[in-house]
Amino acid sequence: MAQMTMIQAITDALRTELRNDPNVLIFGEDVGVNGGVFRATEGLQQEFGEDRVFDTPLAESGIGGLAVGLSLQGFRPVPEIQFFGFVYEVMDSISGQLARMRYRSGGRYNAPVTIRSPFGGGVHTPEMHADSLEGLMAQQPGLKVVIPSTPYDAKGLLISAIRDNDPVIFLEHMKLYRSFRQEVPEGEYTIPLGKAEVKREGSDLSIITYGAMVHESIKAAEELEKEGFSVEVVDLRTVSPLDIDTIIASVEKTGRAIVVQEAQKSAGVAANVVAEINDRAILSLEAPVLRVAAPDTVFAFPEAESVWLPNVQDIIETSKKVLNF
Amino acid sequence: MASKTNKASLDAMKQLEKVEEQFQTIQILNEEGEVVNEAAMPELSDEQLQELMKRMVYTRILDQRSISLNRQGRLGFYAPTAGQEASQLASQFALEKEDFILPGYRDVPQMIWHGLPLSQAFLWSRGHLKGGDIPEGVNVISPQIIIGAQYVQAAGVALGMKKRGQKSVAITYTGDGGTSQGDFSEGINFAGAYKAPAIFVIQNNQFAISTPREKQTAAKTLAQKAVAAGIPGVVVDGMDPLAVYAAVREARERAVNGEGPTLIETMTYRYGPHTMAGDDPTRYRTSDLDNEWEKKDPLVRFRKFLEKKGIWNEEMENETIERAKEDIKVAIKEADSAPKQKVTDLISIMYEELPQNLVEQNEIYKEKESK
Repeated sequence: MAQMTMIQAITDALRTELRNDPNVLIFGEDVGVNGGVFRATEGLQQEFGEDRVFDTPLAESGIGGLAVGLSLQGFRPVPEIQFFGFVYEVMDSISGQLARMRYRSGGRYNAPVTIRSPFGGGVHTPEMHADSLEGLMAQQPGLKVVIPSTPYDAKGLLISAIRDNDPVIFLEHMKLYRSFRQEVPEGEYTIPLGKAEVKREGSDLSIITYGAMVHESIKAAEELEKEGFSVEVVDLRTVSPLDIDTIIASVEKTGRAIVVQEAQKSAGVAANVVAEINDRAILSLEAPVLRVAAPDTVFAFPEAESVWLPNVQDIIETSKKVLNF
Repeated sequence: MASKTNKASLDAMKQLEKVEEQFQTIQILNEEGEVVNEAAMPELSDEQLQELMKRMVYTRILDQRSISLNRQGRLGFYAPTAGQEASQLASQFALEKEDFILPGYRDVPQMIWHGLPLSQAFLWSRGHLKGGDIPEGVNVISPQIIIGAQYVQAAGVALGMKKRGQKSVAITYTGDGGTSQGDFSEGINFAGAYKAPAIFVIQNNQFAISTPREKQTAAKTLAQKAVAAGIPGVVVDGMDPLAVYAAVREARERAVNGEGPTLIETMTYRYGPHTMAGDDPTRYRTSDLDNEWEKKDPLVRFRKFLEKKGIWNEEMENETIERAKEDIKVAIKEADSAPKQKVTDLISIMYEELPQNLVEQNEIYKEKESK
């Protein structure tokens, strides 16, 4: 097994699937010779040729349309949107077209498309690069929305996403690309979509989270342990559809929960998780379910980013409110 | 006082004029049914010419019947097609079965002549999920509602055909208004950049709902937008079936020979309203303009042409009309017998495998629907 960063694990997953299925095509802005602005597609054009891995003109809606059309010809497109903040340019292709392909054709056509895209705060990007827009995607029936938190998960989830016969939005947190290495098996393995994982076991409180906030939550759990609290961390991995069984099993065990997301507080994934817990496990709760999220402003200017983004301290404070309720 | 003239801008104007001069409307058959451009005459046998006429007559009847079925509440969404028969049917007539059509919502006739059963077109109009369930071997996708989205998708279908080494084309349609969309430019640009075998048709029927063509763009023709994408563009008389056929046939030939996409603007007119959902064309068009265009009618001129050739007569016309009426009757009956739609049917076509939320909702609706 090799030690890989998340970006290396992603490249490895793409290489695995390009080898595995001749219908897999990778395209986007600067993904060819340049290997992508984050090097996610490094070396892939060299290895698989320009027919399989190719640059596109600079137009996101065109990239989305290309994916729709290629999937109608039996291909399995894996386009990259250079930064997920640019998704507004391709919203129709995603929500208006890909997500509805199976539905509007009465099941005749499907769109086995995986859109990969970097997002996430903490790396001081210009505006429209870092926004957490998974809530927008999760609201669209017909899509699946995946956000890995580790190199191992990234590879297994990406292979599953590419093999899935429905469209998947695969969001890669920029801060996690090179923040740590992990053992990642060579060759193929899959992690099922729609399945959460308990990243840390505990019995007093469940922290339900995803993406970069998994790591902040684990740090918070470690701090809380020093004060005698046993905290469980559930990594959703797929934010749509939600793995309700794993969430509910954890909450029924601990009786207390908080939901942590990097995105702004209103109308997002965390709100949905809280609603599901209320629907299904309210009698198991010893305290209200609280959220840790960013404030409801437009994504912070870089100079305010570090105070705007939810952090370990915020998670500890909210956890204590619930633990001491 | 005139400001100082800038020589560079004068040259730029000249350049534009030179480009625009190139885009003259190509006509083969004039309003009297006379061939005015023998050199451009496509090779079509008498049987083919008769077949194209039959399709135009048939589709005019289909349009009339669809309008009255809509008024009776027996059809749903409907965008009238009369006036556009040459643009629609002659362009489809130039295709082969393996070519793929990405239509707009007015382009149901092309789908039908490409193999979509009439009953399914009716189901699509009514809003039944079977309407979009295209039979195997019929190379179409159900009509696009978002103006221009089909243009970027056509680039993708065409690129896919090229990658597969197929000798086929993707053809897509939009209207004059559609050329203002970003997706229009992105679609023709992508197809051009990849030399993908696509044919982009603009059916310029002069109005985008109520907005006249001249308010869409400063461009003198819509076809000249091809120049910016580096692909060939032509303007044809869209009321002339032979000109439309010749332009599409030529574009198809170039495409399958690896020479990339073509943009074709057909100058046409819809006689009816935008759709049957309450549009009133008298608010934005004069009857003088309507009359002027009706004189250019594609059926009238093609009928004259064929009659002069001695290969069309009233009997053939009536036979076609009767056949259309009979087919429509049968198709409506078939559409009536389609299974009633249920929420559980909708749930079943959301994903290959249902996620937990839909599994639960499916149970709820199964229960409701069993009562």
